[in-house]
Amino acid sequence: MLTMVYVTLFTISALLLLAFIFFYTANYMAQQTDATIEAEIAGLEERYKVDGLTGLTRLINERIAHKRTGSELILLADQRFNALVGNLNRWPDASETPDGWLNFKLEDKGWGKGEIHSARARRFRLVGGFHLLVGRDLHDLEMSKRAIAKTLSSSLAVAAVLALIGGLTMTRSLIRRIEAINQTSNEIMNGDLSRRIPTNHTGDDFDQLSENLNHMLDRIEMLMEGVRRVSDNIAHDLRTPLARLRNHLDEVLKQNTKSGGDTECIEQAVQEADELLSTFNALLRIARIEYENRVEHFTFVELGDLVHNVVELYEPLIEEKGQQLDVYLSPGTQVHVDQELLSQAIANLLDNAIKYTPRNGCIEIHVTSNQSQVQLVIADSGPGISLAERSKVFQRFYRLESSRSSPGNGLGLSLVYAVTSLHNLDLKLESNNPGLRVILNFPALQHTPQKFAAFS
Amino acid sequence: MDHSGDGQDGLFMAMENEYEAIVVDRMLPKLDGLSVIKALRAANKRTPVIILSALGEVDDRVQGLRAGSDDYLVKPFAFSELMARLDALNRRSDSDAAKTVLQVADLEIDLLSREVKRGGKILDLQPRELRLLEYLMRHAGQVVTRTMLLESVWDYHFDPQTNVIDVHISRLRSKIDKDFDKPLLHTVRGAGYCLRAAN
Repeated sequence: MLTMVYVTLFTISALLLLAFIFFYTANYMAQQTDATIEAEIAGLEERYKVDGLTGLTRLINERIAHKRTGSELILLADQRFNALVGNLNRWPDASETPDGWLNFKLEDKGWGKGEIHSARARRFRLVGGFHLLVGRDLHDLEMSKRAIAKTLSSSLAVAAVLALIGGLTMTRSLIRRIEAINQTSNEIMNGDLSRRIPTNHTGDDFDQLSENLNHMLDRIEMLMEGVRRVSDNIAHDLRTPLARLRNHLDEVLKQNTKSGGDTECIEQAVQEADELLSTFNALLRIARIEYENRVEHFTFVELGDLVHNVVELYEPLIEEKGQQLDVYLSPGTQVHVDQELLSQAIANLLDNAIKYTPRNGCIEIHVTSNQSQVQLVIADSGPGISLAERSKVFQRFYRLESSRSSPGNGLGLSLVYAVTSLHNLDLKLESNNPGLRVILNFPALQHTPQKFAAFS
Repeated sequence: MDHSGDGQDGLFMAMENEYEAIVVDRMLPKLDGLSVIKALRAANKRTPVIILSALGEVDDRVQGLRAGSDDYLVKPFAFSELMARLDALNRRSDSDAAKTVLQVADLEIDLLSREVKRGGKILDLQPRELRLLEYLMRHAGQVVTRTMLLESVWDYHFDPQTNVIDVHISRLRSKIDKDFDKPLLHTVRGAGYCLRAAN
């Protein structure tokens, strides 16, 4: 999650910063301590030079007496490191660094039981062989360091919490903006091209993104409007001359019939013109279905009834071809569809089934429903569609190799595809062994059929 | 038959004279077709009107009918189609909607009992065949196109692209004409069908 990344980065940065502060401070304090010790030594050395051993001893005792509660440590020892004067009972048992510093531990009866302090001191060799040890009880220093560390740690914790809160707030507002864009996009994809992404008018990056997307949508809407207009113009400008052509042919046919001439050629010409017009109309119909998205024309209807009506229209044709028709319609198959368009799609499928099934063949229609979907199956015993061609048959004007000579303009399935796309239906082609099996799946509705009993 | 090239002029002519029927194109210069019809109806002119339009979707049809027209024909159309519908329009203005028995020669339908008889003999028709026959009888003597049948009997506004209607007609014909002397159901080549006593 974005928040976690943000918080982690922030915490690490804060940690580094605070650690730096801590170590710098600690280092400074240590340096100060050492500097003070050096200064002490310098002072004592002076006294020794001037007043000799006695003077030094007196000074040391004065110092000790003065700063009883202080952290100063002084010890004067002889050549063999035996303690002479000072507030340490003996020379410490610690190794010396090359430049004369010792780090050791202190204990005192006056402190708490088992309390041990750290100490740091410098050995100085006096002229005459005496050793002078000056140092500091680091306890107070340690306490200060610990206090600082604690403060910095709490600061880090608070900072982390603030980062978390800040991160969550920021991502939430980010997510909200993205969600707004997502939702609008969904509505647009579902067909409502008039929607636009809302902006906050703050001029920030999101607003700029939204504005750009909105401009894109304006352009798309304009182009689609253009397509619509072109299509309508085609409808008007091209269909009319075609119609005139056909009507002229019709006139010639009538005249020739009256005068007893040979009308066969002209009849054929009229038929060709009719086929041309029919193809043209089908093409325009498909185009309009594809870009018009008429969700507002959807109504609730029993799929079984719809299928029943289409079957009724084609029944005589089936009878004439001696084909056997089996229809199974279950009740409770309510769907939300454009009745006109779906009827035409089903008619096209049934028309194909009849066309391609041989005489005395078999056609089966099932309308069933379960919890999640309503299903329509139209199966025939014709030649079927090979696996390779199944993805192509929905293209405009596509005809199977095997049926190029039979009547048809190759637009039947294109219309079916356009209608099923409009309704977001699941359309499948399968082999019926032998023949073709077309399966159409509709989402089941929450409405119970009883609600609409009055209309059926 | 009068003709006008724009909506304004056409409306003027329609108001001034009594016509049997008016054919209006939807897209007209000066004043569009729908507005002409609305104005006509607002002035209480009941002349039957057919709209011609290249726009053929259900919306457009409904819009046209709501504006006050009596029929709607989509371009391109066959001339015979227009003639058939004009005839039907005129017939509609004679109110025979109240009749309970339709009769053509010796064929009759009793609309109440849903019984069909020819020459006294009861014919067994399926419900859809009966509705088909009823429509043909209401337009007896007129040419009825396949599109008109598809719209009125099946309420479908698409082109089935196969001769389904023809097969229905031939089935009907086998029931009402086959065993009788005089055929009543005729095919009008290039246009449609007509139910009438043969002359």
